[in-house]
Amino acid sequence: MIALVDGNNFYVSCERAFDPRLAGRPVGVLSNNDGCVVARSQELKALGVAMGAPLHLLPPDVRRQAVLLSSNYALYGDMSRRVNQVLAEFSPDVEPYSIDESFVGFDGFPEEGLEARCRALRETVGRWTGIPVGVGLAPTRVLAKLANRLAKREPAFEGVCRLDADDEATRRALTACPVEDLWGVARRSAERLALMGITTAWELREADPRWVRSRFSVVMERLVWELRGRSAIVLEDMSEPRRRLLVSRSFGRLTGERQELEAAVRQHAARAGEKLRRQGSLARAVQVFVRTHPFLAGEPQYRNAALVALPGPSADSRELLAAASRALEAIFLEGYRYQKCGVMLLDLTDAEGTQPSLLETPDDDARRARSQQLMATLDRLNREMGRDTVRFGLPRQGNAWALRCERRTPRYTTRWGELMRVKTG
Amino acid sequence: MSLSHRTRIRIVGRAASEGVGPPRPLMGCRVRAGFPSPADDHLDAEIDLHAHVVKRPAATYFVRAEGDSMLGDGIHHGDLLVVDRSLEPLPGRVIVIALEGEPTVKRLEQRGAAVWLVASNPRFAPIPLAGRECEVWGVVTHVVHDLLGRAP
Repeated sequence: MIALVDGNNFYVSCERAFDPRLAGRPVGVLSNNDGCVVARSQELKALGVAMGAPLHLLPPDVRRQAVLLSSNYALYGDMSRRVNQVLAEFSPDVEPYSIDESFVGFDGFPEEGLEARCRALRETVGRWTGIPVGVGLAPTRVLAKLANRLAKREPAFEGVCRLDADDEATRRALTACPVEDLWGVARRSAERLALMGITTAWELREADPRWVRSRFSVVMERLVWELRGRSAIVLEDMSEPRRRLLVSRSFGRLTGERQELEAAVRQHAARAGEKLRRQGSLARAVQVFVRTHPFLAGEPQYRNAALVALPGPSADSRELLAAASRALEAIFLEGYRYQKCGVMLLDLTDAEGTQPSLLETPDDDARRARSQQLMATLDRLNREMGRDTVRFGLPRQGNAWALRCERRTPRYTTRWGELMRVKTG
Repeated sequence: MSLSHRTRIRIVGRAASEGVGPPRPLMGCRVRAGFPSPADDHLDAEIDLHAHVVKRPAATYFVRAEGDSMLGDGIHHGDLLVVDRSLEPLPGRVIVIALEGEPTVKRLEQRGAAVWLVASNPRFAPIPLAGRECEVWGVVTHVVHDLLGRAP
């Protein structure tokens, strides 16, 4: 069995963990140039504020009621790390999937106690970090993702929902789930599936896997197996590319060499940058994670992740690499043999229609144009002459990482100097 | 009773023991002039104050106290408090609690059926919890007080 654990309205929950006055109020977190809303509390959603809504288009009465904060990535990254540390108390097999989602594998645990274990896990994360999470428990990742959504949507589950492979409750859940709501099914594929009479997750589960493979793809076939309760997908199959991009790989052999990790992280970041540009997106932050082999007895264990916000939404590999290297520097420890590292690009936005910050100058425009040209040339060379024809060396040092955020809360857990001000009286 | 002089807290830093440098030996003799020091044979591995104070890194937070209502517990204005959110708020423990949205530091006390927040400075009256909106944030485990008068 595997569980998908995710934080409810994660950025907002991080803010609330340190400011009790935000409880019950409509709270929104803005992108790093304060251009648009990237996270919403339940109360803000109820006011009709859409994900990605531009700040200047919010109605005045919404702006009056709502607490709108700049993104505080230092805080979110640290709280994400803490949540994963708590999860590791419940199973050695924790796989972060994004800043607010992780898979927790329970292979080898007795099946019957797992739901209680997940309830204890949820309660412990809530108490130790203040972050409310939902847990979906199932035999496969795709079912776990669906179970997680049910756990959040139906209050009766109290945050934990279990779906077994062959079960009446699972059949009902799959029948009620439109196929386009499934993890990994793009809208175009859903339309094609509908033409062939497959509109629900249950109908996809009942389809012939070989037929699905011949008409669609290997990934779609794996989805059928997953819905039937047989593990078939790898995380990279499922990296919802409009929201985030994950590039990670296990090392061929365990390594404790700093240079090897640096090289791997650079390579992953460059690869993520290519993917990002191919789909016409920009990223707002870069997360790097490392971990040792969780199942080697006697081996000292270490896992960590760090998150670095970019100066602005960017698809420039130089900025992505510099951020990734900086993140690795913050978490690399000597004395461990690492099994895996990865780079995740977060909070993606479309390159078209991205609003430049008010503080930008014509120089920034020119720099952006040069950057786009350089990256396009780079991608073309690597496409036409083979991958890694042009690679990046060490990123430049001394980059200015100062962000333009006027409404950022203090970085409560990572800076000595950023004190929470509490009014007297 | 004035609530404005409650001992308050502000949060100042994370407490994770990962990422700290190599363990530092306490008074290890490294000079290699003449005979090796016989004391080296008794060199213990490490004295790590952080590990001593922070038992559960994922659940431990550093916060700053403001005010003087907890002087009796050795908590001065400006002191650094180590707060462990994984611990039970048992009667008798000093806790951080959000009282009507305002984080404050007090000792939890049970008197009969009622629960009170008690200051350790006689100038401050106990606060009954009954009928108030409150949520325990964590349990204070240590106080760091700088004797040189700087903020620790």
